[in-house]
Order: sequence, then structure tokens, then C-alpha cells
Amino acid sequence: MQTSEPKAIEVTDLTVAYQDKPVLWDIDLDVPPGVLLSIVGPNGAGKTTLIKAILGLVRPAAGNILIYNKPYEAQRRIVSYVPQRGSVDWDFPTNVLDVVMMGRYGALGWVRRPGKKDRELAMHALEKVGMEAYTTRQISQLSGGQQQRVFLARALVQDATVYLMDEPFQGVDATTERAIVTLLQDLRANGKTVVVVHHDLQTVTDYFDWVMLLNIRRIASGPVDETFTPNNLRETYGGRIAFMK
Amino acid sequence: MENLSALIRLDYTLMIVGIGAALLGTVSGALGTYAVLRRQSLLGDAISHAALPGIAIAFLLTGSKAPLILVFGAAVAGWLGTLLIMSIVRLTRIKYDSVLAIVLSTFFGFGLVLHTLIQRTGNANQAGLDTFLFGQAATILESDVLTIGILGGVALIIMLIFWKELKLLVFDEGFAASIGFPIRTLDVLLTSLLVIAIVLGLQAVGAVLMSAMLVAPAVAARQWTNRLRLMVFLAACFGALAGVSGTIISSTASRIPTGPTIVLCATVIVGLSIAFAPNRGLVWGRIRHRRSRSDLKTAADGLLKQSQQRSE
Amino acid sequence: MNEHLDIQLIAIVTAVACALPGVFLVLRRMTLMSDAISHAILPGIVLAFFLTESLSSPLLILAAAGTGVLTVLLVELLQRTKLVKEDAAIGLTFPALFSIGVILISRFAGNVHLDMDVVLLGELAYAPLNRLKAFGYDLGPIALYVMGTILVLNTVFIFVFYKELKLATFDASLAAALGFAPTLIHYGLMTLVSVTTVGAFDAVGSILVVALIAGPPTTAYLMTDKLSLMLILSAIIGSVNAVSGYWLASLFDVSIAGAIATMTLIVFGLIFLTVPNRGLIAIARRDARQKWEFAQTMLVIHLFNHEGLPEAEAESAIADLHEHLSWDPTFTNQVVRYALNNRCVSQDERQLTLTEQGRAIAQQALVQ
Repeated sequence: MQTSEPKAIEVTDLTVAYQDKPVLWDIDLDVPPGVLLSIVGPNGAGKTTLIKAILGLVRPAAGNILIYNKPYEAQRRIVSYVPQRGSVDWDFPTNVLDVVMMGRYGALGWVRRPGKKDRELAMHALEKVGMEAYTTRQISQLSGGQQQRVFLARALVQDATVYLMDEPFQGVDATTERAIVTLLQDLRANGKTVVVVHHDLQTVTDYFDWVMLLNIRRIASGPVDETFTPNNLRETYGGRIAFMK
Repeated sequence: MENLSALIRLDYTLMIVGIGAALLGTVSGALGTYAVLRRQSLLGDAISHAALPGIAIAFLLTGSKAPLILVFGAAVAGWLGTLLIMSIVRLTRIKYDSVLAIVLSTFFGFGLVLHTLIQRTGNANQAGLDTFLFGQAATILESDVLTIGILGGVALIIMLIFWKELKLLVFDEGFAASIGFPIRTLDVLLTSLLVIAIVLGLQAVGAVLMSAMLVAPAVAARQWTNRLRLMVFLAACFGALAGVSGTIISSTASRIPTGPTIVLCATVIVGLSIAFAPNRGLVWGRIRHRRSRSDLKTAADGLLKQSQQRSE
Repeated sequence: MNEHLDIQLIAIVTAVACALPGVFLVLRRMTLMSDAISHAILPGIVLAFFLTESLSSPLLILAAAGTGVLTVLLVELLQRTKLVKEDAAIGLTFPALFSIGVILISRFAGNVHLDMDVVLLGELAYAPLNRLKAFGYDLGPIALYVMGTILVLNTVFIFVFYKELKLATFDASLAAALGFAPTLIHYGLMTLVSVTTVGAFDAVGSILVVALIAGPPTTAYLMTDKLSLMLILSAIIGSVNAVSGYWLASLFDVSIAGAIATMTLIVFGLIFLTVPNRGLIAIARRDARQKWEFAQTMLVIHLFNHEGLPEAEAESAIADLHEHLSWDPTFTNQVVRYALNNRCVSQDERQLTLTEQGRAIAQQALVQ
């Protein structure tokens, strides 16, 4: 292949099936370093599954996934994952600082406990998301937006190069949405690569510079101004009709 | 003189029983916390019932009634029951609660069949089954305390060693997997610890009431704290407290069975916690509600007065 | 001979009476409520027993039903505080009530005939001994009449409120919007479960009654999607478990209730293995069959996606195919041969090209 610079994420011919029911068909996706990419598509398009496949959380039936030319297992340290907010029980007995420190667990490895340095890193990450005043707050007493910011701080503390976020804008207030956008742009400015599962078509052009349109197969991916076209969108959301004729 | 020595001996027995019950309460309280947080409170009920055929088979195979052998049999059967529950949930569309119910009752039924088989050969009597069902806290011996102490201690130490990993597993499985922790293995580890707590606890309160010993201390502890560390510690304390107080109360009068008394003590602790714990407790909530309402009323009155003054 | 028949009749009637409401518990994800109720009604039974000094008084059934509903209420009350989750609420409530029952028994009923083992384990073998006699005629075992009445009660309730039960089970909010009072239906069902449980006490005891309530509906749930069929199948499976359990018990001279529970597990296991569509064997066979189909579809879609694009040549080279798809090379060769045989692809030198048929398969798969 004629690649000069390594891709941040390189997905080739990825098929994922749950009990022989395909969720993703032969997906190709190249994400160059330093872009802010949103994955867009209708419900059930396989957006979350694609993220989970990149993270090795689901096993593909075919295809390859590389992060900076190496498989995920070898690159774990430079990848950071923000799961959907609804995937955890927010009544769990823990506070904000503790959740953010979980971002250090990967670097700590087995058995070792987080120390003073980890605490400082976590505090620093909390400042970045504007949550430093809430360190000892029990997580169930946070608003949806604040919970999302805690999750982002946990990702920041991993100090990764590649960020994968599943619906970070889901059900957050306007302030948090703006804070997240600023944060994403900061990350890009520092040369990080950010992949975001997104559902609000209105904001794609404002927030992101790359986009992938997905509906079980890849419809298109590339810079927003080239890719986010009415034709491609029609094929993604009304794909059935466009394809049949 | 003879009376006195009898009294001392009685007190000594009571002390041993109390220590045993306290240890069991500590172990099941601490490990039950994880079951409650994972919404697997009733898995304990299933495991404790599923243990019966294991005890019967251990006896049939070895012919021994040594506690350690029977506990081992119980653990293996409880473990297999859990494995079966997990596989059925994974492979079919049957919901978790139905799977628990079917495994719990049918394993127990099979255990009963084996038990009647043993009975028929004249090797055991009904007392064995009663022990399984209701525990035998009152007859805990020094050697039992040693077994409980060592096995329970090992389980608690493992819990402490893998504290960070287990916490992450319970809170956010997906994230744990993404940073490279083997969640299947951790799940197996946590379940094994739970099985140990249960088969030990069976001796004190029996199969029927075991789930309360896992659930009650944890639920009570949750009301007092928002930190996992403190919750596990408090649950262990509450478990021990229930064990000791239940033992003492049942020793004060004849014909008060120990196991159910321990469970009722644990239930009282839950009731008090739910009612009176600061912040989360019901009474506290009521006070806060009233205060905020009266604050609102004062504010509204002020506004009303202001507008009246203005209109005058 | 007669005794054999009596026991089996009682077992069948009990099993069917338990299985019918059990269907709704399984579908409503409330199966463990039966476990909770069957234990928690003990204090109700004990108190009623102190009053009547008889184990077969109708008052016992009423008291138990009351305690059962009280249990459900308590669990819901605990949940409503938001301080306790549902599973923990169940795990707290029934041991506490059961403990009260046990303490009452051992404290005050020490000499009275109320044996804990009977309550927990039941003894079906004794059930026919207690007979209904009128005008000097032997009209059969009382247990049969009690369970028969409960069976009729359950059948009538389900028959009359079938539509409401169905709606409340699958869409409680719609049921409420249509004015069908799902809460009332819910408590009606819970009352039935309580009555059924106490009725079945004598025969199988409070732990194994769970096997009768949960076993057959869970097994039937593997076989059908239709509620009406699930009810009928549950009744049949319950009867089969009862009769086969009885014979197993007679053969080895062991506890009848235990043997029925054991048969419940065995029948569940057999159905789980063999049932078409959802059974383990069916799944394994389908997997084996679909493995090649699925792999072929992946292959044609792969070719289809890159057709006419600059990278097509690299993507369709047979020798590199396994690298692109990250398949085992041997497996890749087998799939290619499979697809060639099915005329989905054609081979010219080192390249694979889609045939019309292959293209159609790819399009079909992508559209679905």
C-alpha cells in the first residue's frame, strides 16, 4: 500500500456479526492522525459496535483493525474510551475523583493502587472539564452533563493519543455541550485523534472536520465538506429506497 | 462449685459461637456488598440452595461428615449452579430471574432426592438436612471457627488484593475491558469469593436464610456512606454485629433458633439504617423536604409582601 | 394401586395449577417473587394455624394469601424509597418474614404438630391419607379437592382476564392508558400465586413449589412465542414432570417432590437441547450450515464494495484475500472454492470477479 504516514486508525474489511446476524458489513475506514471524526448513522447502524470492535470488545468475523500500524492489544496505552453514560449504575458508591482515577488503572496495571501523582493527574483532568469543585461529590448527585464531564475527565487522565467516545452529547445541557466541543477542539489542536459517535446531524459541520456515514456498511467517509453531502445522507438514512431503484 | 464451672463452660461455648457467627457475618457482609452492587442479590439464594446436592454427593463419595469435605462439595455444586445460570442466560432468551428460580429449585430437589437415598441406606438422619436448611450456629465448635477464619480470611484478603480491579469490574465492565483487564476472569474470581462466603455462611444460618446475610448488611451499609471502601467495611461490621447479637439473643431463652434470630437482627439494622441514616435516610429526607418547603414558603411570603407594598 | 393413582392425580393437578400463573411470572420477569412468596407466607400460616389448630383449614389459605400480597407490597414499598434495588428488596423481605415464621414455630408450637420439614419440603406420599368423607362415602383425598379448586380458580381467572393479563404483561403503560388497571391485575395475579403456593405446600413444600411454578413455563418459553400455546405447553410439561417424577421416586424410593424437581431440570435440559430453532443442537447445526453461506456473503460483499475502484485489483487478488479479511488461509481457500462452485464469483488468473449472481447476493445482503 502507498501510505506515507501511518493512519491513526485503519479499519479494513471489517465484518461483525451477532449470531450470524451482520451488524457491520465489510467496513473500511481510514482515520488520519489529528482529525475530529464523527460517526453518523441511523439507530441500529452499528456505530457503537464499530467503536467496540476497534477496542477489541467484540470479535469481528472478518477484517483487520490497526491503530498506528499495530493491533489494539499493543496500543492500549495510547487509546482511551468513553462509554455511553447510560452503561453504568450512577448510584455506585463512589465519588467524582475516584471515577476519574480509574483512568489511571490501565497504566498502574495489576494490584498497584493509585498514589499522589495519580491524584494530581486526576485533579488536573477535572480542571480541564470544569469539575474541580466537585471532587468529593457522590456521582449520583451529578446532573447528566456533569456525569458526562466526569467520564471525559477519566478519558483525559489516560493521556491517550486516540480517543473513542460513544455518544458524549447524549442528554447533556447546553453548557456541557459547549464545554465538550471546546475540549474536543483542544485535543485536536494537540494532535490527538478523536472519534465520536454522534446523532445530531445539525451540528456535524460545526463540531467536526471529518465524518463517517454508516448504516451497517460504510456509505462514505472523509472531510466533512466533501463527505457530508445530501446524496450521501440520503443513502445513509433512506438507503433502502436509494438502493432499490 | 460445679454450677460455676458449668456456667463458665456455657459462657465459653457461647463465646465460640459468637466468634463464629461474627466471622461469618463479616465475610458474607463484605462480599455480599459486591453481589448487591451488581444486582445479583438473589444469586446468593440460588447458590446456597444449589449447594445441597454437592453436600450429598461429597458424603456419598467419601462417607465422611467432616465439615471441610462437605463445604468443598457444597462449593463445587454452588459453582456449577452459577456456571449453569450464566450459560443458560447467555445461550437462550430466558431472563435471569427465571433461570435463577429454575436452577435454585431443581438443584435443591435433586439434593433432596440424594438425601432421601442416603437416609434409606441408614447413614444419616433428618438432622443433616435440617442443618443445611437452618444452619447450626448454636453448635459451632472451635475447629469450625478455625475453618471459617482461615477460608473467610483468605477470601477477604483476595478481595483486598484485587480491590481496584473488582471495583472497576462492578462499576464499568466495558471500560475495564478496554484498558486490558480480563473481565471474564475477574467475574469468575468474584463469583468464587461469593461461593466461599455462602458455603461458610450455610453453617450459621442455613440455605433458606443465606441470601439475607449477603444482602442485609450491604443494603444497610449503603445508606450510611457513598464510598465503596466504607461500605464494605460497614457491611462487614453490620454482618458481625448481626451474628453476635443474634447469638446472644437466642441464648437468653430456650427454643429461639439462632439462624433466624441473626437474620432478624440484620433486618433490624437495615430498618434503622433506611430510616435514620444521615442524607439518604427516610427521616432525614422528610426533614429536608419540610425545611425546603418552609424556606420556599418564607420566600413566597416575602415576594407577596413586596408586591403588596408596591401596589399600595 | 389406588394410592398410586391418587398421588399422581394430586401431583398433576398441583403442577398444572402452579404452571398457569407461572407463565405470567416468567414473562413479567417476576419469577423470583414466587420464591419470595412461598417463603414469606410462613408467618401467616403459623398464625392461622395457632387460631385453628388445623393444617387444612381454609383460613390458612386466606392468611397465606394475605401474607403473600403483603410481601409483594413490602418489596414494592422498599423499592419505592429508591434506597434499595428490586433484587435486594426481595432478598431482604422474604428471609425476614420467614425467620419470624420459624421463630414462632419453634417458640410456641414446639409440641404442636407443625413440622418445619413438612412446610419446607412437603410430603406428597402422605397427601392421599387425608380423605374427604361424606355420608359414609370416601370421596377421595382432600388435597385433590383443595388443589382442584385452586386449579379451577386459576384457569377461570386467566380465561376471564386473558386480554387484560396479556396487555398488562407486554405493555403495562398501554394497559393503564386503556383503563385496564394493570396494578389491579398485578395484585390479582399475586394473590393467585400466594393461594396456589399455600395449596401446594402440603404436597411439595415451599422450595420445590418454585420448580413447579418456574420450570414448565420456562421450558415452554423455549418452544413457542404464542402466549396461549405457552399456557397449554406449560400445563402439559408440568403434568409430564409430575408423572415422570413420581415414577422416578417410586423406582428409587426417594422424595417424590425432589424427584419431580429433578425431572423438571431434566425435561428442561432435553427441550433446551432438542427444540427446533432455539435448541442447542439446532443452533449448532444452523451455525455449521450458515458458516459457509455467511463467509461467502462476506466475500462477495467485500468484492462488491471494491468493485470498480482503484484498489480493486489489490483487494480481489486471491493470494492476499486472507490478509484483507484476516482469515485463516486454508479457510479462505475453502470459501473461495465454495463461492466458485455456487457461481457467485469467477476466477481469471489471480483475480476474483463477481458474477451477476454474486453481485445480486451482495446487494440483497446490504439492503436488508
